[in-house]
Amino acid sequence: MNQLGFPLISFVTFFPIFGVLILMFIDKEAKDTLRGTAMVFAVIEFFISLPLLFSFQNGTAAMQFVERYQWLESAGLSYFVGLDGISIWIILLATFLTPVCVLCSWTYIEKRVKEFMICLLLLETAMIGALVSLDMILFYIFWELMLIPMYLLIGVWGGDNRIYAAVKFFIYTAAGSVFMLLSIFFLYYLNHKYTGIWTFDLLELYKLDIPVSTQFWLCLSFFVSFAIKVPMFPLHTWLPDAHVQAPTAGSVILAGVLLKMGTYGFIRFAIPLFPYASSQFTPVVVCLAVIGIIYGALVAMIQPDMKKLVAYSSVSHLGYVMLGIFAFNLQGVEGGIYQMLNHGISTGALFLIVGMLYERRHTRMIKDFGGIAKVMPIFATFFMIATLSSIAVPGTNGFVGEFMILVGAFRSFPIYAVFATSGAILGALYMLWMYQRVMFQPLDKEENKKLKDLNAREIVTLLPLALLVFVMGFFPGYFLRKMDASCEHFLKNYQQKVAYYENREGNHAAKIAAVLEQDQVRTAVVD
Amino acid sequence: MLEFIVPALNLKAILPQITLALTALTVLLVDVFAGKEGKTSLGALSLTGVAFALIALFMNRGSFEAAYAGMLMADGFGFFITLVVGCVVFLTILVSMNYERICPSIKSGEYYCLLLFAAFGMSFMGNAGNLIMVFVALETMSISIYVLAGFKREDGKSIESALKYFLLGAFASGFLLYGFALVYGASGTLDIVKLGNFFTANPLMLHHPMVLGGVALMTVGFGFKVAMFPFHMWTPDVYEGAPSVVTGFMATGVKAAAFAALIRVFFVAFGAMQVDWTAIMWLAAFLTMTIGNVVAISQTSIKRMLAYSSIAHAGYILVAFVVGSEVARSAVLFYLMGYAFTNIGAFAVVSAMGRKDEEFNDLADFSGVGFKYPFLGMMMTIFMFSMAGIPPAAGFMGKFFIFSEAIKGGYIWLAIFGVINSVISLYYYLGVIVRMYFREPERELNIIAPAGTLVAALSLAAFGVLQMGIFPSYIWELARESAKMIM
Repeated sequence: MNQLGFPLISFVTFFPIFGVLILMFIDKEAKDTLRGTAMVFAVIEFFISLPLLFSFQNGTAAMQFVERYQWLESAGLSYFVGLDGISIWIILLATFLTPVCVLCSWTYIEKRVKEFMICLLLLETAMIGALVSLDMILFYIFWELMLIPMYLLIGVWGGDNRIYAAVKFFIYTAAGSVFMLLSIFFLYYLNHKYTGIWTFDLLELYKLDIPVSTQFWLCLSFFVSFAIKVPMFPLHTWLPDAHVQAPTAGSVILAGVLLKMGTYGFIRFAIPLFPYASSQFTPVVVCLAVIGIIYGALVAMIQPDMKKLVAYSSVSHLGYVMLGIFAFNLQGVEGGIYQMLNHGISTGALFLIVGMLYERRHTRMIKDFGGIAKVMPIFATFFMIATLSSIAVPGTNGFVGEFMILVGAFRSFPIYAVFATSGAILGALYMLWMYQRVMFQPLDKEENKKLKDLNAREIVTLLPLALLVFVMGFFPGYFLRKMDASCEHFLKNYQQKVAYYENREGNHAAKIAAVLEQDQVRTAVVD
Repeated sequence: MLEFIVPALNLKAILPQITLALTALTVLLVDVFAGKEGKTSLGALSLTGVAFALIALFMNRGSFEAAYAGMLMADGFGFFITLVVGCVVFLTILVSMNYERICPSIKSGEYYCLLLFAAFGMSFMGNAGNLIMVFVALETMSISIYVLAGFKREDGKSIESALKYFLLGAFASGFLLYGFALVYGASGTLDIVKLGNFFTANPLMLHHPMVLGGVALMTVGFGFKVAMFPFHMWTPDVYEGAPSVVTGFMATGVKAAAFAALIRVFFVAFGAMQVDWTAIMWLAAFLTMTIGNVVAISQTSIKRMLAYSSIAHAGYILVAFVVGSEVARSAVLFYLMGYAFTNIGAFAVVSAMGRKDEEFNDLADFSGVGFKYPFLGMMMTIFMFSMAGIPPAAGFMGKFFIFSEAIKGGYIWLAIFGVINSVISLYYYLGVIVRMYFREPERELNIIAPAGTLVAALSLAAFGVLQMGIFPSYIWELARESAKMIM
């Protein structure tokens, strides 16, 4: 069945559900028990996901830990899960961030703790499920399932304008994904037409030879669906609303994992399924990615609200990820995946930090702060680390990712890369400027003078993230080695397919040209 | 001496329906003779009857025969429809036993008797092998439902609803009957199978004005019962006025029965005409789902909203009807089953929102319900997500089968409009959840605590919804098998 002889992936995927079941039977007034139970489950979940990493075989691009069961045989549905070098780190990011989220909500969430923790654990199952699914419909189910708990997290525990943000989040994402569902059906139908088999098995569908004109439409619907999730400019408008209104834990998960689903979707589904159409779309995507980088940075700069600033910085960072992936070389793609992890960690940390300030002062406006470094030195240190990571200072994880992406981009399209590089400068500008306005400057507000520094729980929340910033900054090799084989396979597959289609299209075009020429000759003779 | 030959009655073929009818009569008798205390046991008695009918039904599973000279088709298709109807009436009775405390006028033998007779009619509609049989079954069902809709005797709206449904329904029956008459005039038979054979043998007759007129009139009659555009106008008023439980029963049972008859008549008798009706039905499907969904957005009463949503769902089912392949017909069956669980569940929650002689049917009344009444809130959430077609609920699987069939059949635009409609519908289904969980209560409701029967009904419905969503194979294979076995 797989190298462990144990359905580890399913276990990791559905373990949080056990937690949900247990939480259901705990009295809703016993808030600390609820928090504790959720924490225990989240931590155990993280530890049982570690064997995935340790038993992972570096050298192969094949799917690992594969499990496959029939689910609805006559319709070709199966429960088919597995992971490879592309998804392994994102899965670990999800299991890593969930306990962090439970910790950061310890005092932040006071009402309806039980439902909150249930939503968080359900969300974890849905995220991991979406990352390991290799059956298109299974993927779609988890993909939609992610929406429900996130929707509730924003809608129930969010800020003042939460209903608008929650509904916008849900409808934006669902609207994109239903078209993807139709495209999945179409692939299913095409596969039957060519091979006579009804299946939603992704690995089988990869092999399809899809006519170019059809590919264009199918690819477009997948692209739109994932681009909304990423979010790419100009489909990003739901993101600032959702982030600002969501509770801290919601923002962390949203930035940390949910957005990665979009970029992961491109690598896992859209590009390998429709390589030729993807190559045709590349100029558009790259252009939008660069616009996103610069636009996100510029808009972030003028935000008076810290959380909104971080949200717009996400738009900019995700633009880098897209740029890297669509550079279609090893540096670019690996850098893109690395940047996904970085963004999860640095932006996650920034959201936690903003949340901690908010909990103390009940405001997120930059102008309400100033000189905080004097009263909260430990906090200032963590904030600095997260800021440096976010602006990609050498020695932090951000540097590795951004550097690789830019190297990859320069190899493929130097002019865009030049523009993208300006985003790095802008990033330093808005982050450091915010840091300066919040942490330095005179401590002139009465309320700020009494602020308490971080307590032990908060330090425990931030410490793992801060450590990872440096570990990933100094030892990127360990992380990248796991991705190598899969990324190389992804690129080789892409290049071969594109060459194949180009060749075919070229022949086709040549034939048409020949026919036209003959026609001209004939008319000339008649004349 | 005069020899009297008793014809061999194939009782087994109609045992489930007989059980339903006998139970109905017993309920009526018990009501008369048992006095006041006896009234409390009417629900339980009806439940037992339905349970026996379901057992009898499963004994018939796999039978594939024409009984009573072709009047009745004891085939897989009829089996499945009877199964849906059985589940619907079972859950409805369970919910009614709770609803009795809110609306005391339904606590009578007539109510349960009529429910059972309506189910009896519905089940025969699924099994009818003759147009006359279709009509008689339809009337048995409809007349029971006209009365049920007006069961809140002191409430003007309920009376209005019953009268409206009755008047329009009588017209629709008239159209249907006229259609049958024209078809009979052209072909000389009312037997559905023989009609099919007749048109295969005489394809020219298909475009005879009498046949065309007949089919058009039949479309009107059936279209009225399934709430197809443009014959859907009655739905919101009738659904709003009728007692909530009855609305749930109507929205699921009547729809299932009417679709069953529609499919049997159109595919078996007029199968050769499929090319002609496809274009019209395409348009009808598109308009039905779009109008249902768009108008539902602006509703302020939950019952009206669900009424428009039921129009929209009829539209989705019509998509599969247009596709018309055998798998698409299985998709219709699957969808009807999933929709039955979902909608009965939703109306059960609506019916629980009340206290004695008072009901809270405004959407605004749902504010804050989610945390105040966690069980009702959670159930409603499941049903709303199922209606919106969000996995892992039955609604998703139903749409999955319908839209994947539409793509397979080449109806790509219809599938695209279908999913656009699903997105539109998200807005108002989410609206209910928004109110339940994201808003504070607007006023004190003090609804009476749900009785055990309601909890049981909701749990069963939610179980059905999730089971069909997560492990669809059992019901799907059953639907596949049933759709194959249509005579």
